Amino acid sequence: MEFIRFCVDGVKEIFRGGKLYWSWMGLLTVVALIGASAYLQQFQQGLVVTGMSDQVSWGIYIASFTSLVGIAAAAIMLIIPAYIFHDMDIKEIVIPAEGLAIAACVMSMMFVLIDLGRPDRMWHLLPFIGRFNFPKSMLAWDVLVLNVYLFLTVIISVYLLFSKYKGKEPKFSIYFPLVILSIISALSIHTVTAFLFSSNVARSFWHTGLLAPRFIASAFSAGPAFFLLTVLVMRYTKVFPVKDIAIKRLTMIITIALEINLFLLLAEVFTEFYHQTEHSASAAYLFFGLGGKTALVPWIWSSVFLNISALVIFVLPLKKNTIFLTLACLFLVVGVWIEKGMGLVVPGFIPTPLGEVYEYSPTFIEAQISMGVWAIGLMLYTILAKISIAVNLERIRLD
Amino acid sequence: MSEKNNPVKTVEAPENSDVSRRELFKKTAIAGTIAAAGAASTTIAASNAEPGGFSDALDEFFQKHYQEMSKKEMKKTLARLERKAKVKHGKQIQISNTPPIEGVLFGYALNISKCKGYRKCVDACVEENNQNRDTKIQYIRVLELENESMNFEEADHYYNHETVPHTGKKYFPIQCQQCENPPCVTACPVEATWKEADGITVIDYNWCIGCRYCAAACPYWARKFNWSEPSIPEEEINPETHYLSNRPRMRGVMEKCTFCLQRTRKGKLPACLEACPTGARVFGNILDPKSEIRYVLENKKVFRLKEELKTEPKFWYYSD
Ligand code: SF4
Repeated sequence: MEFIRFCVDGVKEIFRGGKLYWSWMGLLTVVALIGASAYLQQFQQGLVVTGMSDQVSWGIYIASFTSLVGIAAAAIMLIIPAYIFHDMDIKEIVIPAEGLAIAACVMSMMFVLIDLGRPDRMWHLLPFIGRFNFPKSMLAWDVLVLNVYLFLTVIISVYLLFSKYKGKEPKFSIYFPLVILSIISALSIHTVTAFLFSSNVARSFWHTGLLAPRFIASAFSAGPAFFLLTVLVMRYTKVFPVKDIAIKRLTMIITIALEINLFLLLAEVFTEFYHQTEHSASAAYLFFGLGGKTALVPWIWSSVFLNISALVIFVLPLKKNTIFLTLACLFLVVGVWIEKGMGLVVPGFIPTPLGEVYEYSPTFIEAQISMGVWAIGLMLYTILAKISIAVNLERIRLD
Repeated sequence: MSEKNNPVKTVEAPENSDVSRRELFKKTAIAGTIAAAGAASTTIAASNAEPGGFSDALDEFFQKHYQEMSKKEMKKTLARLERKAKVKHGKQIQISNTPPIEGVLFGYALNISKCKGYRKCVDACVEENNQNRDTKIQYIRVLELENESMNFEEADHYYNHETVPHTGKKYFPIQCQQCENPPCVTACPVEATWKEADGITVIDYNWCIGCRYCAAACPYWARKFNWSEPSIPEEEINPETHYLSNRPRMRGVMEKCTFCLQRTRKGKLPACLEACPTGARVFGNILDPKSEIRYVLENKKVFRLKEELKTEPKFWYYSD
């Protein structure tokens, strides 16, 4: 009964909001609808409407999937201090962070779904009913861990929110085991996604043991950066008075992860370029182009530029300035999105295993569909964050 | 080779009530999930417009994996697919499900000193295997290399001279290498692709979800995707087809070379071999000590592509 009231209050909260809120949601709805109509076109005509080809058979969808998995996993960087080390400053922002994890998880699943040639056969993936190639296929693993992680995150957030709603302290014996499980599965969603690529002997660009650690490091910088960005917005628009100390903590987490990520990247780049073998062809293509073909060069150098600028701001006192901090987060999110996506997924296919350099760039339809997915994800995040803030500020509670 | 790889041995499912109840449960469960996902309406609406009507569309939607169909279900499925092809392509075709021949493991060898780069194999393959003419799917790619080089990165994939062979060049045809350890099979999340008892890696086009993970995993660039709805002029359709090979495909699924199993399982030779004017190609059963392919393997200096990946191809190259 109490739970039903909690749900009803939550839903009511979604429909409460000022002009800003409604214009934001309206904008997202429009973008989502544009995406949906573009998807309809793709659904009817097939994936020809994308820029993908037999040469580069994964594009911006799988690239976005890869970076979103990172953002989804990053919530544990807040969960750990809050619920393992009982850091009270982090605790108040943990539930919106879980909301972001849920939204990112859903978005990453949507990106896989829209990438399928036969989305109508999704059910073939269901264990027992379909034929799930487990444990052999890394993609099967990925589907599994993503679902487990999403499930756990939903359960934890609902439990924590519901407790707060009732005005009770969450029970350690309930949330602690869940939190531990969710930490493990957060690490696994990212590790398994890295294995998805690194397990391919056919693609030497991906076939490196450093891939999984790099994935984790980049996720733990870009994920919290994305979250911090939204926290700054919430503070600026006065919907959520986040304390300075919480922002400071987040900044520290981002800085450390960013440094580790750049170090790992540097190590990789060195190994690729010191002796250029046939195996460094993809890296050479990515950074400098091959045979006059240079589609990815601007992407990767902007990523390098963005990452380094972010690093500079984060290590200098500049970060105390809100504008600079916002910029740094933005740089980092975009920089890592490129590095993990267009800088990792796409060059793995170029040159092809038969040495052909065939370029890829996303089509307008692909861009529209991707924007649509982002819009849906942001809408979900807005809703989840709104409810959790309302509960946190005790605007809605059981009485 | 395991039992699982051999469809002849696994198709017979007992038709008792327990099975059908399980079936019912399975279908209900699937339907429930789909409905919950909100996908049912779109799927059925989309397939309703397709030939064969609503019940065929439904049957196609629920069609089981090739290796799980009973003899009866298989017969019904083949008939339905033939019906559908008739409506779509305007031509009566036969779809068989000839099983692998016991004691046969197919192997291919190619004499690169004989290959002159005519690409007759490429064309014959397209005609035999009903590939999409719009997106120009080809299973064989002939690389043109400098005589002294084996570096694929310097190869010309689209050479276009008045006459071939071009001086100073050599030609190197590559198609599916029919690995004994196929990375594509391991990669597939839904077991839509597997290695048959005669060593041929096949795809169930009705089970593939089109994720293209297998294409990322293949070191020989052998897997080709149907980016659009395949179209083939009616008069060009080859009506002699096999479920696992050259039957008409649909958009959104993967396809590949099967060493023409629709022919070779009936004792014929692959189309690419028959088309080759120079006699560069040798095909046969590598388990048969008296076969020509065995002679080549035993007496020529053969090599395989990317052996260091341990995929164990059953496609050999040699020169003499
Ligand atoms: S594209 Fe089809 S055959 Fe290939 S891995 Fe995906 S489901 Fe399997």
